[in-house]
Amino acid sequence: MSMDITLSREDIVRLCERVEGAQTRAYAIPKLTDEFPAMTIADGYAVQLELRRRFLAAGHKQVGWKAGLTSRAKMKQMGVDVPSIGFLTDRMARPENSAISTHDLVHPRVECEVAFVTRKALQGPGCTRQDVLDATDYVLPAVEIIDSRFSGFKFDLPSVVADNGSSARFVGGGRPRYVEDLDLPTLGVVMEKNGEIVAGAAAAAVLGHPAEAIAMLVNILAELGEGLPAGSFVMSGGITEAIPVKAGDSVIARFQELGSVSMRFVE
Amino acid sequence: MNEDTIQHYGDALYDAWRECRTIAPLLEQAPDIALADAYRIQLRYIERRVAAGERIVGKKIGVTSKPVQDFLGVFQPDFGQLTSGMVFQEGDTIDLGSLIQPKAEAELAFVLKEDLQGPGVTAMDVIRATDYVLPCFEIVDSRITDWKIKIQDTVADNASCGVYVLGKTKGDPRKLDITLAGMVLEKNGEIFSTGVGAAVQGSPANAVAWLANTLGELGIPFKAGEVILSGSQSALVPVVDGDELVCTVGGLGSCRVKFAGRSAA
Repeated sequence: MSMDITLSREDIVRLCERVEGAQTRAYAIPKLTDEFPAMTIADGYAVQLELRRRFLAAGHKQVGWKAGLTSRAKMKQMGVDVPSIGFLTDRMARPENSAISTHDLVHPRVECEVAFVTRKALQGPGCTRQDVLDATDYVLPAVEIIDSRFSGFKFDLPSVVADNGSSARFVGGGRPRYVEDLDLPTLGVVMEKNGEIVAGAAAAAVLGHPAEAIAMLVNILAELGEGLPAGSFVMSGGITEAIPVKAGDSVIARFQELGSVSMRFVE
Repeated sequence: MNEDTIQHYGDALYDAWRECRTIAPLLEQAPDIALADAYRIQLRYIERRVAAGERIVGKKIGVTSKPVQDFLGVFQPDFGQLTSGMVFQEGDTIDLGSLIQPKAEAELAFVLKEDLQGPGVTAMDVIRATDYVLPCFEIVDSRITDWKIKIQDTVADNASCGVYVLGKTKGDPRKLDITLAGMVLEKNGEIFSTGVGAAVQGSPANAVAWLANTLGELGIPFKAGEVILSGSQSALVPVVDGDELVCTVGGLGSCRVKFAGRSAA
């Protein structure tokens, strides 16, 4: 991060407790910058790291990471030139074809993504798209269920980063493939909700190539003093726009060459 | 609408096309034009082009995506005629001086090896009757001032067809997932928009089946060898002098085109 941490340790812990409460008990909170207008992206990551420390201490297992804000349009909207990242744990995973409850979510929305599973460790800075492809075991289709905990969808980048990049649930599935057997940028995806097509795009919508988002994620991790271990599950960011879902909705994400991922939402 | 009026508007569109200028929206001139009248005006406009030496070589399908249908307030596609004077090949440079207010769309083109006679044509018949598919660009253009079109205006104006560019990579639709194939449109080396086949009526083959059935009802032939542009899979791209566009269909290939000169409007 180009910016430094400005929050005191006490404030980081307090904001972390606020985000943790909103995430675990599913209620909306005002964006954190209402109280700390000078809060930086580095402050956001400090809160996120504290949140991860607490979840891991409580027995959650980290399975990997996710990249967010990976389309040029979203970055421009947020006034940034790098994606944001968040951590993923076993507690956020939901099986393919399962019923996902919404009572423990605030504003759930779904996005189609290509997920990468790594077989070699990756370390930034300087990680490139090719480094990512060389370290990839396989890719698979995935749906991320994001959930901003901020009231009225009013948020900014430091608040979103503190809220773990709006991570909530994820579903991997479909057909695993080797990246060398695919042309990832031209891979088409379609999101259907209740049998109707609600979004469609090609994977190039993610920074020209989904592996580019993973490389940027690895470089952000390096700034946080971390690497990406072998065996990580990494989601490369929404190819399609985020679509709101509620109990009763059924969703299927269809991917060229990768099969589909489906789920339904219940109370 | 009587035949004289149909001819009047068809001739007005033909003159506007030939002289590279626009006319006021037809619906402003005659608010009672029905959709069927608009297709008769289109036929007159195209008859004039054929009389002047062009041949009909295919069809284009338009208004296939939900955003465009919502914008025009219609819930089905429309179609226009492709003529021999509209064809460009991959790698050609298009002279914008022959166009008025052009915008490009990335599409999948079908070339038939058998006649398709509607009604009763399904998407399976379309795949069976297709020789091959190609990545392509349609350069839409409007003879209506400032693109102020309602559905009757665009239909009468040959579905706002300008020219089109066919790629060289032929794909077998039996080996390609045309519904889920991604579409990436680059302008001057930057990604401009992405899309997917399903954005066109659920599948480009559905759009072609719709056209076969619609033409069947109108008694218009749909012949082997015809080219069908199945509908836009990208955002509309305005083009100016020096622009280069590339569209790539996942699992198929690319089509590249350049533009030079200045359009009329």
